[in-house]
Amino acid sequence: MGVPLSWYLTLSAVLFSIGVTGVLFRSNLIVILMSVELMLNAVNLTLIAFSQYMGDVSGQILVFFVMAVAAAEAAIGLAIVIAIFRNKLTVDINNINLFRH
Amino acid sequence: MFAEKVFVVASLVAVVSALGMLISRSPVRSALWLILTLFCVAGLYLTLSAEFIAVVQILVYAGAIMVLFLFVIMLLNLGALPNLERVDFKKGVGFVLGVAILAQLVFLGATAVGDFPAAASDPEATGAATAIAKELFTRYALPFEMIGILLLVATIGAVMLAKHRFE
Repeated sequence: MGVPLSWYLTLSAVLFSIGVTGVLFRSNLIVILMSVELMLNAVNLTLIAFSQYMGDVSGQILVFFVMAVAAAEAAIGLAIVIAIFRNKLTVDINNINLFRH
Repeated sequence: MFAEKVFVVASLVAVVSALGMLISRSPVRSALWLILTLFCVAGLYLTLSAEFIAVVQILVYAGAIMVLFLFVIMLLNLGALPNLERVDFKKGVGFVLGVAILAQLVFLGATAVGDFPAAASDPEATGAATAIAKELFTRYALPFEMIGILLLVATIGAVMLAKHRFE
């Protein structure tokens, strides 16, 4: 492997920060869910890089499980988005304030 | 070095398309940018010679999860909604916190750079599907079965959430 491990970790940190900024920055519920997926991908990249550099398969098994949980999370999250949209007719988090009143 | 060139190109495209996802006005464009990012991450897995995970990444993320996102965006017809994106105090805080987390992560990595493991002798051996399958069905057999139950529960939950009308 020609690429140093620190390059992968730096890229992963950048992608994770973009995901965090997306969750805090955007007000569209669907884009927030997409940012969460991006954060999961950044962590997966770190796990794979360490797994390959240390010669241990366990990291890749964990990535496999993270992908399964991400699929479940996307399905449930989007079902919640649809349920909210049916009641409030919006996916803007500034207009979803059920607990404020 | 071929792997380094692939890494540079894939990582640049990944970061640019992640930023594109962040600043796109329409959710459909955000989803398409994210798909490009996911493909680039799959390419990075290939530079790490983790072929199995790269294929699973394309199948599960680009093939299943993002199709689900695009399907829901189509179902809700979000393009017809008024665009309420505006710069305010909340967004400034979000941007500052994002940069702060990046600074923290880079600082942690820079202080630990001496402790990084040296490159493994045979990365192809740990990246192959046979090596992963051997571990997955012996040592991690119970978590594997539990993931199957989790996916079943998630499917039932998604159907129930989408079916019932909450008053």
